[in-house]
Amino acid sequence: MSLWEKITNFLSSGYTEQAAAVPDAPEAEPETSNDSLSRKENGMSYTISMTVNGTACSGDVEARTLLVDFVRDHLELTGTNVGCDTSQCGSCTIIMDGKSVKSCTTLAVQADGSDVTTIEGLATNGDLHPLQQAFWDEHGLQCGFCTPGMIMAGVGILNENPDPSEETIRHNLEGNICRCTGYQNIVKAIQSAAQSTKGAA
Amino acid sequence: MQPSKFEYRKASTLDEAVSLGGGEADYLAGGHSLIPAMKLRLSEPSTLVDISGIGDLKGISRDGDTIKIGALTTHSEVASSGVVNDGCAALADAAGMIGDPQVRNRGTIGGNVAHADPASDYPGILVALGATIVTTGRSTAAEDFFTGLFETALGEGEIVTEVQVPATGDGTGAAYSKFFNPASRYAVVGVGAVVTKSGGTCESCRIGVTGASDHAYRATAAEEALSGSDLGDEAIAAAAAKVADGGEMMSDLSASAQYRAHLCSVMASRAISEAASRA
Repeated sequence: MSLWEKITNFLSSGYTEQAAAVPDAPEAEPETSNDSLSRKENGMSYTISMTVNGTACSGDVEARTLLVDFVRDHLELTGTNVGCDTSQCGSCTIIMDGKSVKSCTTLAVQADGSDVTTIEGLATNGDLHPLQQAFWDEHGLQCGFCTPGMIMAGVGILNENPDPSEETIRHNLEGNICRCTGYQNIVKAIQSAAQSTKGAA
Repeated sequence: MQPSKFEYRKASTLDEAVSLGGGEADYLAGGHSLIPAMKLRLSEPSTLVDISGIGDLKGISRDGDTIKIGALTTHSEVASSGVVNDGCAALADAAGMIGDPQVRNRGTIGGNVAHADPASDYPGILVALGATIVTTGRSTAAEDFFTGLFETALGEGEIVTEVQVPATGDGTGAAYSKFFNPASRYAVVGVGAVVTKSGGTCESCRIGVTGASDHAYRATAAEEALSGSDLGDEAIAAAAAKVADGGEMMSDLSASAQYRAHLCSVMASRAISEAASRA
């Protein structure tokens, strides 16, 4: 069920009262800070720190700031894209503590203390990461919008299984949508990267 | 697109989480049901109490015939767990069918059952397995836990701490079959089946259904039809045809009520056949 369908379900299931009440709900003023928080708190702003692409970063964010907005707007790492903004398309995929995650569905405060890698962190000293090189060699992109998310999802796939079958790759790309429908070469690129990494090891 | 404003608090112990909850506050685990709902303003808690740092709520263990899964265990951890795959492979299968890898890396079993999305996978298989939902206050059978659209038996400030699942014993098989929404990967309909065989006949069975109705339910009419049968194709088809009887079918952009009722029968046939072959 998509979120849109969820809305229609809400509206058709006697939840109109709750939905209609939303615009009238007054914004509650924040209470004073809570001592139990490990992070410094300044009104409704929270100081967070994390390692991004090997570099220690910190920033002040609202609780509602999404991780993708922190990465793009605060750290100015705009390689990570926002596509559907509803956790379906995967163009916002980054690696957080070794796992692929959708940064449009993660709050920046949830990433406090974590180790994050974005598309900008893959290349080392000007050398493309094996997956980036494979996407180049196999022409694993058309318009390129989904590509950062596809490559980061590919990193997640190879972290879990360095030698995945074609079926495994296709199954594990189910959270990433290519609007050009260029899946064939994306799958080939991930297969190729797996092979080249295996050769190097 | 971001949620409306809220206050964020991170709890380091369960007691602290309970004291911070209640009222307009909501609990945050992986957030993969809650954050999308908040972005659409379907949910507007004044405070989010982040329980993801509470170590007591993590991990999978086996105690005799009971598999205990901490509320903060992610779907990918359940899907790949040796304990779950050995003791109850159907649950690991179902966990591996939730969303996509990125969602499975963040979403948790406790958050999933507490959110009670009608199209969520866990409720169907947990009802079939006879799972128990353990909270800060009590233990509730899964079939009594899911009460309505996004509604559960949870009271204010009550937190899901653990999900307990009976290991599948000798002579018993379990399976989960779902029809995926092609975009979201939610279950348009998902059916969990547990079959216990004695000789060639079905001694007992349990069937749980998700996605079809506003909350997961037990298909008791189908269970009665299957019990005592020879588990042949005709018996399975006859029982599967009764799976939609237990719930009022939803109708939305994905599927009409009539189509959902049909999918109940098809998914139930597959789940029952697979469960019987594993028994």
